Amino acid sequence: METSLQAPVIPSPAVRDTVGIRKRIRRSFRQIRTESVFKQTLVIAGLILVILVLGILLTLITQSLPSIRLLGLKFIWGSTWNPVKNVYGAFPFLLGTLLTSFLALLICIPFSIAIAVFLGEYYPSGWFADVLKNAVELIAAVPSVIYGFWGLAVLVPMVRSLEARLGIDQPLGVGIFSASLILSVMIIPYAASLGRSMIQMVPEHLKEAAYGLGATRWEVIRHVVLPYTRSGLFAGILLSLGRALGETMAVTMVIGNSSILPKSIFAPGNTMASVIANEFTEADKTVYLSALIELGLALFLVTVIINIIGKKIIDRFTNE
Amino acid sequence: MAAIKGSWIMVSLGILSLLSCSGKSHHLIGAGSSFDNPLFSKMFYSYFQSRGIKVNYQSIGSGGGISQLINRTIDFGASDVPMNGEQDSLSPARVLHVPITVSAVVLSYNLPELQDTLRLSPQVLAGLFLGRITHWNDTAIAAINPGVRLPDLPVVIAHRSDGSGTSNIFTSYLSMISPEWASRVGRGSSVNWPAGLGGKGNEGVAGLIRQTHGAIGYIELAFAMQNKMAFGKIRNRTGHFITPSISSISAAADIPMPANGKASLADTDAPDGYPISSFSWVLLYKEQDYRHHPQEKADHLLHLLDWMIHEGQRYSSALYYAPLSPAAVHAGEGILKSATYDGHPILTQKN
Repeated sequence: METSLQAPVIPSPAVRDTVGIRKRIRRSFRQIRTESVFKQTLVIAGLILVILVLGILLTLITQSLPSIRLLGLKFIWGSTWNPVKNVYGAFPFLLGTLLTSFLALLICIPFSIAIAVFLGEYYPSGWFADVLKNAVELIAAVPSVIYGFWGLAVLVPMVRSLEARLGIDQPLGVGIFSASLILSVMIIPYAASLGRSMIQMVPEHLKEAAYGLGATRWEVIRHVVLPYTRSGLFAGILLSLGRALGETMAVTMVIGNSSILPKSIFAPGNTMASVIANEFTEADKTVYLSALIELGLALFLVTVIINIIGKKIIDRFTNE
Repeated sequence: MAAIKGSWIMVSLGILSLLSCSGKSHHLIGAGSSFDNPLFSKMFYSYFQSRGIKVNYQSIGSGGGISQLINRTIDFGASDVPMNGEQDSLSPARVLHVPITVSAVVLSYNLPELQDTLRLSPQVLAGLFLGRITHWNDTAIAAINPGVRLPDLPVVIAHRSDGSGTSNIFTSYLSMISPEWASRVGRGSSVNWPAGLGGKGNEGVAGLIRQTHGAIGYIELAFAMQNKMAFGKIRNRTGHFITPSISSISAAADIPMPANGKASLADTDAPDGYPISSFSWVLLYKEQDYRHHPQEKADHLLHLLDWMIHEGQRYSSALYYAPLSPAAVHAGEGILKSATYDGHPILTQKN
């Protein structure tokens, strides 16, 4: 750039200087302009996102007003969902959402941490690591309806025979446990891939120091790698929890869709997202529609609350 | 300035072309009942072949069709259930219900050990779906199935999890035959099921039935026939056990029709009639002169519907729908003739 300013054939030094200065001034003005336009674009993009989230929240609140006015707090604690009599209690669905999500999380944690440690620490490269990495990423890319079909055709009969062996008096196969299993498979990649990149970022000198002190590989992972990456692993798990809370299609296919309060984890149940997906198109009364939107609002708030709690926990981990 | 003027012209041209697109008069748009979709697809294809009028039908469900009609985004709706009071009050103008075909809901079950067809009475049906009868060897079931060895197996109820016209037909029937059902559960597109599992769509319920030994659930006749599923005989009001079929549904639908076409076929009096049958309706505005709705389009719509209740009926049986009875066709003619454009009747003589 600098060389192009010094043109080869220019008559006098004075003229050359003013031309050069003008050019430079013009260029720097243009640079400043681009700079500010770029900055404005960023600000606008950020603002649009904030407005979008607030807009969604506002729409959910205004649209659910008829139901809030009619039902009040009974909406959250009521356990009857009866569209015929205009009684809407979301507690069974709230419970179903929380149960399936946390159960799925519980099942997925050991697997996702194992994959993260394996790919991050033991085999960061090589053909086997590539195959495993791609397989994990593929799990995230499979559409959820495929998981639903797989769950219904393969997992549900397996769960049914397990239930029969456990001596449950009506082995159905479908239910909260099956939904949690499907969900845990679906959310593994989120926790695993974030965990893997975190583990790869652990500074080499820390690990070498530990090895230098005579630590074994297990001890290095246990006392250096995992404590160092704790907040990252937790963030990945939080991300997967968010996915589990909102997952609809696969869950609705294997959970049994019953509005009765579940008595055990093998009983059929329902989640908020699946009720909305099932009943929204045919909600033929104003209050009914509004109750379904309030269910959406409740799901939104549950996600926000869980995210806030998660952030707090991450902060505490990193401050230690 | 010239550039600005040019862009204005471009924009207005664009808007004009959009408007003319939506107002294209040889295109009709309908939406609603997914149950009617296979029959409608066949009818509309054949209508396009013979008359050159294209009909775009979206099978988004009966409730969706009604709300799209209320919002006036479609030319006609289709529903397995007549509009309810609240929908009537939301609607900007009077809506006509034209009976278009007859459907039935059948009770399908998974009891491979049974040689004969299972017989069900209204009381047993209500008992099963209320969660009262929990085992297949219950005395109430045994009493109406003499000589049949019923297994000692828990009953698993399968119902629709999504709101649907099929559920509405079935719960309306249960409400008619069982006062307890009427007071505890009631009728609707989705209700608070006292027992059982929910599956999404006919295929979801069918999947639950196929997978679960001892399951029983309700599905549409056409779906059960196409998928060769076992279904039970139901005792009707006259005491006969009736196998659902095109002839038994037609028998149920052969009733004197009210002028508005909203006849219920549940729990029919006909001796050979299947008791869980129902009409399906096409919905349209009585006054066809409304925003963005040219007369030509209204003409096309009325002629299409007139064709559907007459010539179109010949496609019914092959697709497991029952054709309309002469009384229903006559009632449909009367309803279609009452439709107007700007106060003038549209169908004056038969086309």
